[in-house]
Amino acid sequence: MGRYVVRRLGQLVIVVLGATMVLFACLFVLPGDPVGQIAGSDKARDPAVIEQLHKQYGLDKPLVVQYGTYVGKLVTGDLGTDYTQSRPVTEILGPKLENTAKLAVAAIVIDIVIGISVGVLAAMRRYSIWDVSATFITTLAIGVPSIVLGMIMQRVFVIELDWFPLIAGDSFEGIILPAFTLAIIDAALVAQLARSTMLEVLRADYVKTAVAKGLPRRTVLTRHIMRNSVIPVVTYLGISFGTLLGGAIITETIFNWNGIGLALIQAIQQNNNPIIVGVVTISVAVFVVLNLVVDLLYAALDPRIRLA
Amino acid sequence: MSRTPVTKHDEGDGMTSLEMAPTNAGADGAAPLLEVRDLHVEFAVRDSVTKAVNGVNYSVNAGETLAVLGESGSGKSVTAQAIMGILDSPPGRIAKGEIFFQGQDILRLPENERRKLRGAKMAMIFQDALSSLNPVLSVGFQLGEMFRAHQGMSRKDAKAKAIELMDRVRIPAAAQRVGDYPHQFSGGMRQRIMIAMALALEPDLIIADEPTTALDVTVQAQVMDLLAELQREYNMGLILITHDLGVVADVADKIAVMYAGRIVETAPVHELYKRPAHPYTKGLLESIPRLDHKGQELYAIKGLPPNLQAIPPGCAFNPRCTMAQDVCRTDVPPLVPVTELDGTELPGRHSACHFWKETIHG
Repeated sequence: MGRYVVRRLGQLVIVVLGATMVLFACLFVLPGDPVGQIAGSDKARDPAVIEQLHKQYGLDKPLVVQYGTYVGKLVTGDLGTDYTQSRPVTEILGPKLENTAKLAVAAIVIDIVIGISVGVLAAMRRYSIWDVSATFITTLAIGVPSIVLGMIMQRVFVIELDWFPLIAGDSFEGIILPAFTLAIIDAALVAQLARSTMLEVLRADYVKTAVAKGLPRRTVLTRHIMRNSVIPVVTYLGISFGTLLGGAIITETIFNWNGIGLALIQAIQQNNNPIIVGVVTISVAVFVVLNLVVDLLYAALDPRIRLA
Repeated sequence: MSRTPVTKHDEGDGMTSLEMAPTNAGADGAAPLLEVRDLHVEFAVRDSVTKAVNGVNYSVNAGETLAVLGESGSGKSVTAQAIMGILDSPPGRIAKGEIFFQGQDILRLPENERRKLRGAKMAMIFQDALSSLNPVLSVGFQLGEMFRAHQGMSRKDAKAKAIELMDRVRIPAAAQRVGDYPHQFSGGMRQRIMIAMALALEPDLIIADEPTTALDVTVQAQVMDLLAELQREYNMGLILITHDLGVVADVADKIAVMYAGRIVETAPVHELYKRPAHPYTKGLLESIPRLDHKGQELYAIKGLPPNLQAIPPGCAFNPRCTMAQDVCRTDVPPLVPVTELDGTELPGRHSACHFWKETIHG
């Protein structure tokens, strides 16, 4: 088990190196000078200033050297310095990552509560009006892009009904709309997954055994049916949480949520490469670590799974 | 009809009283442990109705083993599930009939009362122990659940009980293995765990649904012997559902042969082997491979079991029967007592064939 974790964390290093290497190459071939915007508009640009800036950020060196410098700093937990504010990337992204994490936690809670309860109810009342509506609504929810849903929700609940503040800020009300926008597709997918796994488990021989043992209905449901149904759902939720922590560009943009998704889109617009690389590095690392957590959890929930 | 205690492996020399359907329970105060009367079970799926059980009667006494024999789809398992109260419902439905257990019609009991009987008074052993045990719970937990649910025992005491049970069914190193999961045991050991689970609360009736079918032949005998031994020890009634005539001969007292949801023949076990009174039973017995018939082609009953959504009129077996006459295609043969040619009663013997005389004596 310990060796397994060490090996998986070793893979993390390779994945982060691979992802950032590709990213560096891409940013290098992109047109436009990363420091151009800092130097002012095209006409007012002073070649000396540009050169000075290139030197300051190490952009005068070959790509390989730049990448080497980046990796060298990364080992010590330094993600470099950003171009627009000349502040350490970690310092800029820290609070933004916290905001994204808040949103991700809120979204995953919605996924769990709505997704699992809708799925379980639909499975237990199969072919009832509840089940049919659940299937219809979840299918619809999966089909609507979050950009559309987010804007509709904002229009209805913020502008027309004025139930929520336009600027989310740090308030509890502020997180509700973006969290729902972010969660709705996954909640629908979780509901469908929970429904289908539960229907499968309901037919399992061991459920019949549990009933034949004379266990109370509730015990059969929670201990024998739910416990087994939840395994694939937990796996899905874990992966989903990893994706959410990587930042939600669309949702954060619509609701002006100051997370790393918003930071990423702004950085792309400004050719602010250190921020782009920083966000990607964090997302990749978080995703790989969460994948590991999911695998460990999976093994803990299902004794038949052996980690190797 | 009087009842005397039934002894195992009785040769059926006329001293036994192996009454089968129709029974007259209670007349002399010795009601059978379980009595199924005119049971009908159907499954309604969309527009069609599958008639799985069509008027089954049988009874089991304490300490007695009834073997229910039949092909898949003959209704033997569905009858058992109806007794246990674990039919998939919907779509399954008991359309008609009564099930008397220890003198009360359990079909009239509220579900909560019924649940308390399950596991405690009547228990079931399933065919495939691997799929019938919960894969994510330890066997100790699953055994202990019986005591926790029915007796409110603490988790710790239940675990001790589980170890005791595992010892009882001779699982080696029970104390070390109590925390293991079903997939970590061999097939035979898993079936022993199923038996231990059924036995946990010392029920009065055990229904074993093909308990050895999924096992290796060598293990089959061990498991069957264990089951028979425990049954004797606790004086339980045992319903052994099987399609394996070999298993039946060793352990059963009496046999009920089922076809298309009906009982077509009942008999004390050795009587049935010697002189079957129904062409279907005869066909089953003839299709057993025999060493002294080496080189000859194996006998097989022609055709397939009927579609339960469209059971043939008359005798359900008539399309496959070599003796079928016109009457077989129109009239359902009732289950009638079988006698010797001179009219001497053959206790416990019944046949649902218009031509039982020709079959048994011909």
